[in-house]
Amino acid sequence: MTLADYRKRNGADQAEVQPFTVEGVHESTHPGPLEYAQIGLILVVITAVEVGIYYLGISQTLLVTALVVFSASKFTLVVLWFMHLKFDAPLFSWIFVLGFLLALSIFTVAIATLDGKLV
Amino acid sequence: MSQAPAATAHLETSTGLDNRKLLMWLFLGSECLFFGSLIAAYLLYRDKSVTGPYPEDVFDIPFTSVSAFQLLMSSVTMVLALSAIQRGNLRSMQLWLLATAFLGLLFVSGQAYEFTTFYHEGLHLDTNLFGTTFFVLTGFHGAHVTIGILILLSLFAVSLRGRIQQKDSLNVELAGLYWHFVDIVWIVIFTLVYLIQPGN
Repeated sequence: MTLADYRKRNGADQAEVQPFTVEGVHESTHPGPLEYAQIGLILVVITAVEVGIYYLGISQTLLVTALVVFSASKFTLVVLWFMHLKFDAPLFSWIFVLGFLLALSIFTVAIATLDGKLV
Repeated sequence: MSQAPAATAHLETSTGLDNRKLLMWLFLGSECLFFGSLIAAYLLYRDKSVTGPYPEDVFDIPFTSVSAFQLLMSSVTMVLALSAIQRGNLRSMQLWLLATAFLGLLFVSGQAYEFTTFYHEGLHLDTNLFGTTFFVLTGFHGAHVTIGILILLSLFAVSLRGRIQQKDSLNVELAGLYWHFVDIVWIVIFTLVYLIQPGN
């Protein structure tokens, strides 16, 4: 018997059955095709700019900073819009952010401890 | 612009969310650790090779940029496939799924071409630390893309039998989550591995 079945059998109301469901989730909507195409266009433009500045010959520090910012922007756009974290239940976001932060911690510790470098 | 609500909201589970979607997000969270470790290993060892070829000797940025573009566009077609099935447009979903699989296939073909070129230029898995970490990282990513293509083609085949309807849009959404994750991993790899090179 699942937890939900148990609660249902014991007369728990719907709100108690769904402790992680947040107000507004039921009415959450996904964007339409036009919005997706617009996001796609923005991603293409950012990628083109990334490749463009790679050939500009600007200073290494500026290049790395710009590329990391552009990459993070693309990452965020895809996660929020295409993977719908902007519209879905917050629990999904927490799970993904936790995994991402753990990965970032391992990444940072490894680079720092073993004397690696990004540039 | 907004359309059909997410098919998964308000279910009778202990979380109120669809368990399959929850499991997919847990899987993707763990995949962050997997690829994070591989990328860290690459950055640690890429410039510790004692013999060439080195990254600047073999990388072809224009070619890889086209590959990155293909994978980025496949994310757009994937989300359009989901949008189509959520609106009940089965034919449109099938077309977008095929387009996504095709773009994924182009990406994997490009990667196979790149690996072959590197091999002929003397970079093997055991040539140096750069070769080892590069092939392991991008090889695992390519394997993920290949699995994604198989999932997409399976969805397409199942939909041809009429076994995917509007109410089953979660199946497409789960495949989409996996596919978009593979895309964001490439966004990171493209920048950290290809564009940001030591001393470029």
